[in-house]
Amino acid sequence: MASNDGGLSLSQQRQRAAFWFLAPMLAALFFVAAWPLLRTIWFSLTNTLLSDLYGGEFIGFDNYLSIRVLESGRVIYRGTLVDPAWWNAVWNTVRFAVVSVFFETVLGLIVALVLNAEFKGRGLVRAAILIPWAIPTIVSAKMWAWMLNDQFGIINDILLNLGLISQKIAWTASTDTAMYAVLMVDIWKTTPFMALLILAGLQMVPRDIYEAAKLDGINPVKVFFRITLPLIRPALAVAIIFRMLDALRIFDLVYVLTPNSAATKTMSVISRENMIDFDKFAYGAAQSTLLFAIIAVFVSLYIWLGKVDLSGEGQR
Amino acid sequence: MTIMKGRALRATATAAMLAVFGAPVMAEELFYVSGAVGNAVENFKTLVKPWEEATGNTVTLVPMPASTTDQFGQYRLWLAAGATDIDLYQTDVIWAPQLADHFVDLTEAAKDLAPQHFPSIIESQTVNGKLVALPIFTDAPALYYRTDLLEKYGKQPPKTWAELTETAKFIQDAERAEGNKDIWGFVWQGNAYEGLTCDALEWVKSHGGGQIVEPDGTISINNPNAVAALEQAKSWVGTISPDGVLAYQEEEARGVWQTGNAVFMRNWPYAYGLGNGDDSAVKGKFAVTTLPVGKEGDPSAATLGGWNVAVSKYSTKQEAAISLALYLAGPEAQKQRAIAESNLPTIMALYEDPDIAAAQPIIPQWKEVFLNAVPRPSAPTKGKYNEVSAKFWSAVHDTLSGRGSAAENLELLEVELNDIKGSGW
Repeated sequence: MASNDGGLSLSQQRQRAAFWFLAPMLAALFFVAAWPLLRTIWFSLTNTLLSDLYGGEFIGFDNYLSIRVLESGRVIYRGTLVDPAWWNAVWNTVRFAVVSVFFETVLGLIVALVLNAEFKGRGLVRAAILIPWAIPTIVSAKMWAWMLNDQFGIINDILLNLGLISQKIAWTASTDTAMYAVLMVDIWKTTPFMALLILAGLQMVPRDIYEAAKLDGINPVKVFFRITLPLIRPALAVAIIFRMLDALRIFDLVYVLTPNSAATKTMSVISRENMIDFDKFAYGAAQSTLLFAIIAVFVSLYIWLGKVDLSGEGQR
Repeated sequence: MTIMKGRALRATATAAMLAVFGAPVMAEELFYVSGAVGNAVENFKTLVKPWEEATGNTVTLVPMPASTTDQFGQYRLWLAAGATDIDLYQTDVIWAPQLADHFVDLTEAAKDLAPQHFPSIIESQTVNGKLVALPIFTDAPALYYRTDLLEKYGKQPPKTWAELTETAKFIQDAERAEGNKDIWGFVWQGNAYEGLTCDALEWVKSHGGGQIVEPDGTISINNPNAVAALEQAKSWVGTISPDGVLAYQEEEARGVWQTGNAVFMRNWPYAYGLGNGDDSAVKGKFAVTTLPVGKEGDPSAATLGGWNVAVSKYSTKQEAAISLALYLAGPEAQKQRAIAESNLPTIMALYEDPDIAAAQPIIPQWKEVFLNAVPRPSAPTKGKYNEVSAKFWSAVHDTLSGRGSAAENLELLEVELNDIKGSGW
């Protein structure tokens, strides 16, 4: 008996068992997450071209910033960090992420509160509201592109017939409205996701608290801000982080819905453009790496400022 | 009568092909990737049928998005990964220098066929002595105009851009006054993609503003004529062209045109055949002419387009693939393409062909247009062409959508192009 476990104590045995149970997951994570990330970071430090993926040489941080002093004494800065196109994309992305996540959270909360109430056919409504989320983004982007089309689009037709606009609007083409179009479609698509996450949080709130509040005659607005909101805050915070991560790497919607213009180009779009279209693979990799860094900073800031508990244990 | 002729033609073609390519050895399944506009997918099936019958091989068309910029991105990905799934690529005339390393040299295989083509096109597909791709059709855009509307208002097809602006405005206003609310004067391709580079190059060149980067490599775009050309184009957006034109590619422009909602359209020859289709609202009501010029007497400028077929170096069925490439670039297939899709042949003799002249009367007239067509600066800028083109179309798109004036944007463009150029292209 004793020879079987090699003389290990019970806790050691349990640790060993735990390790073997975790090993497949760790290996999978390494191959699908860590390895591509490390490889992208490595590419960003080389001069790799897409047409010659294995011929890159190490060039240090030149893709990020290189400073050259010309013979005339003029100093020239090159690289992503001084590329106005990149900073424009960063600004577009951040603006998009903040605005879209804000509206999705507010609308998602409202929808969740409605769905949390008891009414007939609640299951059906819950399923129906998830439809926009279930449609693949590319499909919904194309669908909206047709609906928003300036000549044959149904949205212009409706607004025109209702007399709300006097002339057809080129929603996705005009640089003034393109960003709004993207925001609108994204909010339409992702609100159900937020609603679902928040709804899960709402259902964790014990019913007896509400009953107590009702007995005490506290008005519903106060109940919401004093009871509901604080109790669903952890769920809300996790939902916001998920959405923020998602929104900061937005690609498909912008790529399909709007012309390739500086008004809507996001970090992912510009990085892909450099990698594939311009054959500047390493330069695009540097932008991808920065995108990763920016997302990491955002999330850490949020967790730190909001003291969000991601361990799932929470202080009771 | 035509059916009989078609069948006889096909039988001869099959016999000829058996003689040329030999009896089928083993049936192969080939994959051919191409952008798809209009009826391209159905037409391709009929087009390759004789070859399939003659050789026993089959071809599957893998359709790509209509945007050439998107196609190029996907091609580059596949080729960089050495994908064996695709055997033949349909390539744009400007891509040869950028993709040359990934394709098979066709010089030897096409030594009899190549001399039948226009030498300038064969030359455009030759990189460092290697024939990268074989031309299957060429392209030069035209100005489409509505004969019925021009006649109704007693107008002539415009010779200059100023005339076009005036005529378009006049007819648009008059038609709208009569209750035709959806009519627009002029539709073209204004989305920020390769097509805008083509459109804008035509405006600039026909105003005497050069061709962005000259053949010797000098950057010429920042000049008063180019500024004037872009300012004029900007004045169209929202007046004679819908605001949405800034998101239009070829198919969107054709959509507006073919439903009868435009007086003028700038588009490639493929729209001619489709416009005369049975489901077209403008069937028999339009004609084409050369694109307008800046001032009377200047030569018209049409951007040289055109498509070619290249055989992937990574294909495992190269022999069959080369045979298909030769067939697609040969007279039989080009003739069929000309008749069915109004694509311009690249084989000189086909411009004298009576069947083509009867089916698509514009094609013989088109020879002159495309012989004088302006190439995009892909030769002098080599591997950096895409970036140059993207900078150019961004500057133009910014100007058209009101982000800065033409003069400001072109000045900035010159600086950016100089940066890309570095010490040399």
